[in-house]
Amino acid sequence: MKSVRIGKQTIRFLEKPVILSSAAIVGPKEGRGPLAKGFDRIMENAENGQNSYELAEHKMILEACHKCLEKADVQPETVQAFLGGDLLNQIISTSLSAREMKIPFLGLYGACSTMAESLLIGSILCDGGYAQPVLCTAGSHYCTAERQFRYPLEYGNQRTPAAQWTVTGAGACLLGNKHNGLACITHGTMGRVIDLGITDANNMGAAMAPAAADTLSEFFCDTGKTAQDFDHIFTGDLGMIGSSLLKELMKQKGFDLPDDTYQDCGMLIFDEKDDIHAGASGCGCSASVLSAHILPRLHSGEWKRVLFMATGALMSTTSSQQGESIPGIAHAILLEHIRKEDHA
Amino acid sequence: MDKNKPYSVKQAYQELVHRFTPRSRLAQGCLRAFWVGGCICLIGQSVTDLSHLFLDLNSSEAQTFGSVFLVFVTALLTGIGVFDRIARYAGAGTVVPITGFANAMVSPAMEFRSEGWVLGTGAKLFTIAGPVLAYGISTSVFLGILYYFFRW
Amino acid sequence: MDSLLLYLKVFLVGGLLCAIGEALILKTKLSPARILVLYIVAGVILSFAGLYKPLVSFAAAGATVPLTGFGHALAQGTMQAVEEKGWIGIFTGGLSATAGGIAAAVFFGLITAMCFKPKPKDY
Repeated sequence: MKSVRIGKQTIRFLEKPVILSSAAIVGPKEGRGPLAKGFDRIMENAENGQNSYELAEHKMILEACHKCLEKADVQPETVQAFLGGDLLNQIISTSLSAREMKIPFLGLYGACSTMAESLLIGSILCDGGYAQPVLCTAGSHYCTAERQFRYPLEYGNQRTPAAQWTVTGAGACLLGNKHNGLACITHGTMGRVIDLGITDANNMGAAMAPAAADTLSEFFCDTGKTAQDFDHIFTGDLGMIGSSLLKELMKQKGFDLPDDTYQDCGMLIFDEKDDIHAGASGCGCSASVLSAHILPRLHSGEWKRVLFMATGALMSTTSSQQGESIPGIAHAILLEHIRKEDHA
Repeated sequence: MDKNKPYSVKQAYQELVHRFTPRSRLAQGCLRAFWVGGCICLIGQSVTDLSHLFLDLNSSEAQTFGSVFLVFVTALLTGIGVFDRIARYAGAGTVVPITGFANAMVSPAMEFRSEGWVLGTGAKLFTIAGPVLAYGISTSVFLGILYYFFRW
Repeated sequence: MDSLLLYLKVFLVGGLLCAIGEALILKTKLSPARILVLYIVAGVILSFAGLYKPLVSFAAAGATVPLTGFGHALAQGTMQAVEEKGWIGIFTGGLSATAGGIAAAVFFGLITAMCFKPKPKDY
């Protein structure tokens, strides 16, 4: 066996699959945020030239895929697997994109953790020699998520202070077994579903924080690493409340999570504070921040080692209405800078 | 997974979450709801009075006209995307008056137009307002039956 | 002067009913949809009990514009129709009295859906 399992939940990739290229397409609100320069295209409006927001989301995901392949100079026909998902029922936006990509497709649902999930499975496929290159995506759209999980857009409703704002954005990464690229993936930790009984669908950070703490501490135990070994540890979309809860939970488990190391993608993407409340969410959040903010810095060597841990709240509107608490999940992948001398 | 955890872990976490979650500002929220809601009622009263004076309506017709006027203005403001901004500020100030009922019908009607006129707009018109009518009407029929027999 | 006093009462009573609603939303985590149901049912019950009518004579639109007033109209319509038409009034009275508001909401809802598309805010 080439891949080596270490500890309870972690995989070490011997081949170190490389992220050959990445792309991110986002909505106009995200485009006004501090990460604007890193995005490949900012949509002029939420419709994205389509008749429905669902189609707008589909086109956005599709465009991210094409842009990503274009940047790596890879033809869609040569891609051996397409992994991805979104927040909609039956992950329809991604399925529609797969219909046009004509690449063997595995649809994933990890709620907001989808980007880490797709990269994790993609790395396994690459590392095991089962498929490469592999296209990994995740995307979400504010307007489609609002209507599916909450209220109509024009419904007059107050957002609670704990509410988060779904990112309109899609990210794509192409994984392969080459030696040069943006960054390589050395480890991955599959998360368990953790649910500590949070039922408030407007406080998803709190619902996901225990899962994030579980995956992170398992990763530390399995690999023997600590927060000091990383330039940065990123969580997906815990938001303001979720990230302070994560720090507290990690402290209780005996792990230190310093403020200058730990960051949350959900608190990086927007700077307009009103209406955002506790931060951003949605699987497009971690996906677009990964492509626009994290990978360029790993590529340049500004950061050498980053842990990317996307978190998801796996509730459905049905389970919420039936009073079921929210199952949380988090998957982590370890990203490393590719040193120049390794290129040869 | 969580079934194996002792109850106290969940309870302790609930308390932790409670400590970390910022509170909604009660006084500010109520004050905003108070003045906006009061103003909406004032508009209703003025339109009722004016229609009574100028449109030659009797007082109950004038009252209906006042309601219809508020419903119309709500539909218009919802359509042009202003109502939800007011509601975000006023909260119950726009929900409790008949404006909230109207917005609850108009907004899903607009939202689900992409699913077609019959099963989209037509059906979803009642997603939020349906329960209001269901329980309001049923309560009045139930009490009406009692009233028929006992005439208090 | 009298009408000025009435307008003051309209503002105060209407505002107070809304402020109670806001306090309920914030304190009990009831969703706005549940608040609407609660208010209309409360209005029907209070009106049948004869407790809402005095508030309407005191504050006019301050009591009729909030959803409790909608419930009050349902109840008053039912009671009146029972008096006038007998048992059939149990079923016809409520909706007859509130037909204006409901028909307007349905009709303007459809018209609005024809004319406008929902927009995300801050875009």
